[in-house]
Amino acid sequence: MDASIEIVTSTDNTITFTYKGSWTLENISKLSKKIDTRYTNSRVIFDFSKLYDFDTHGILLIIETSNKLQKKSCVVEKVGASEKFKALYEVCLSNFPQDIKSPMKNGTIVEFFYNIGKITQESRKTLINFFSFVGGLTEAVGMLVFKPKNIRFQAIFYHIENSGLKALPIILLTSFLIGIVIAFQGAVQLEKFGANIFIVEMVSISVTRELAPLITAIVIAGRSASSYTAEIGVMKITEEIDAMKTMGFSVWNFLIIPRVFALMISLPLVVFFADVVSIFGGMVIASLQLGISFEEFTNRMQESVEIKHVIIGLIKAPIFGWIIAVIGCFRGFQISSSTESVGKYTTISVVNAIFWVIAMDALISVFLTELGL
Amino acid sequence: MSSVVIAKDIVTKFGTNIVHDGISFEIKEGEIFGLLGGSGSGKTTLLREMILLQKYSSGKLFVLEKDIKNLNDKEEDELRSRWGVLFQFGALFSSLSVLENISIALKEYTNLSKSAIKKAALMKLNMVGLPQSSAYLYPSELSGGMKKRVGLARALIRDPKLLFLDEPTSGLDPKSARDFDELIVTLRDTLGITVIMVTHDKDTISSVLDRFIILGNAKIQFYGNIEALRASSNESLRDFTDGK
Repeated sequence: MDASIEIVTSTDNTITFTYKGSWTLENISKLSKKIDTRYTNSRVIFDFSKLYDFDTHGILLIIETSNKLQKKSCVVEKVGASEKFKALYEVCLSNFPQDIKSPMKNGTIVEFFYNIGKITQESRKTLINFFSFVGGLTEAVGMLVFKPKNIRFQAIFYHIENSGLKALPIILLTSFLIGIVIAFQGAVQLEKFGANIFIVEMVSISVTRELAPLITAIVIAGRSASSYTAEIGVMKITEEIDAMKTMGFSVWNFLIIPRVFALMISLPLVVFFADVVSIFGGMVIASLQLGISFEEFTNRMQESVEIKHVIIGLIKAPIFGWIIAVIGCFRGFQISSSTESVGKYTTISVVNAIFWVIAMDALISVFLTELGL
Repeated sequence: MSSVVIAKDIVTKFGTNIVHDGISFEIKEGEIFGLLGGSGSGKTTLLREMILLQKYSSGKLFVLEKDIKNLNDKEEDELRSRWGVLFQFGALFSSLSVLENISIALKEYTNLSKSAIKKAALMKLNMVGLPQSSAYLYPSELSGGMKKRVGLARALIRDPKLLFLDEPTSGLDPKSARDFDELIVTLRDTLGITVIMVTHDKDTISSVLDRFIILGNAKIQFYGNIEALRASSNESLRDFTDGK
């Protein structure tokens, strides 16, 4: 259906706007260009008798035209309107919006400092909340020591399966590749010195002490920190957490402690397998590249690689597990009502978890080296 | 008056679970039509079938004179532009402000100027009875009733001929619920919209609906208006009216 407007100027300073056809949404942008409101001090007649169809968008345009003309001291009269038109016109007129401004943006410099202040404030708050979270967790664990029947073993095993066991394939594959990479790069260098046999120490020590725990923790942080945050966050949005609280279920015992324990238990186990597989990767390369047989490799390992390296690696694992689970849960509880915040805090939780795992690893490294271990 | 929706022998199955077993009804232009029934009777499923969110197993369903089973993408889009849908909890886009939520369809589908879009959106905001100061709030800052109103404004932005409402008054306080009912009647009277709603609200049923169907046991248990239902001898059906 087509729409148009006819503007006729008669001699006695009277202008007639004849609205024709269908003034509906699809025609509005075309029509709005045809309207001419340059008249001043005139009598303007809006003739609606040939208006065939209309909707709120058409009427909005008519009201705007009328307002513009009235501002320039024109007198606007309306003729030929149907009852239906009048009714909708009334509704639109009574709902005609005032122009409102979008919220003010501060000047750039002011905003810059404002943002710095805001971020500092928020970081401080987050830090305090985190300490309070860790305190709460410690207290809840302490309570469990006195009431061990409150420990939810089923939930712990569920999370061990989901976060530990199911992560095993990808972690084994990654560790195997890491073993290969280390051995391969080492082989090239050691061959130059004719110190082929040192490949054993190189692979065994670096992998068991540092790389296997670190790679495992990073993969688990990517898998589990994100899922813990999202799970808890969505439970918060759907008010499941509130429901648990009102029924007297402790969020610590039901949600957080099983996750923390699960990772602290499963991470050392997974790291042990990662150790084995990555050393195997190194052995494969040693035999292919340097001609060191599996037997020679294992013999040399028994003679010269101390067990303390493996133990240090395994001791680090539960610490990493604690970091990942606590950060994952903590960020989950920060998720508020909007769906957007799920994505935001899940990202933050993974990045935080990986960063703190590496930072803690560095700290332990320095500490142990200073101790001479 | 022509029919906006015609359903003929609609059958819906989820696996072996039969939700609708041969449902037929007609909705006329300008009507406020209700889909009633107990929980799990398939009201919302029926609504979702009409708005192309779900497929029915067999039967014929015409919406705005189109057989909705055999539409190509273009026809589907064209059909979608002619109706508005209000979901039960508003389903507002949480990353957009109220004003952006209302105006997004105009922004995407028309070439109106920015200021014209803003005016139109603000007018719809006024029409559903929200203050203009709420225009720049985000959905997470709104109450349940406000979300529904914004959802309604969003559904109305393109002046649809057909409006689908999923439990429009559930979760609202009694006064807001009656205001909402009035608003819907006013919109129907002024804009000539046909309204199809799923509802449980007895006041809405008796004061707003022109005609309705009551679903139960996968069949239509009742089809008609409130007077006919009050005169009905079936006790359990009369529970849907305010008459005790």
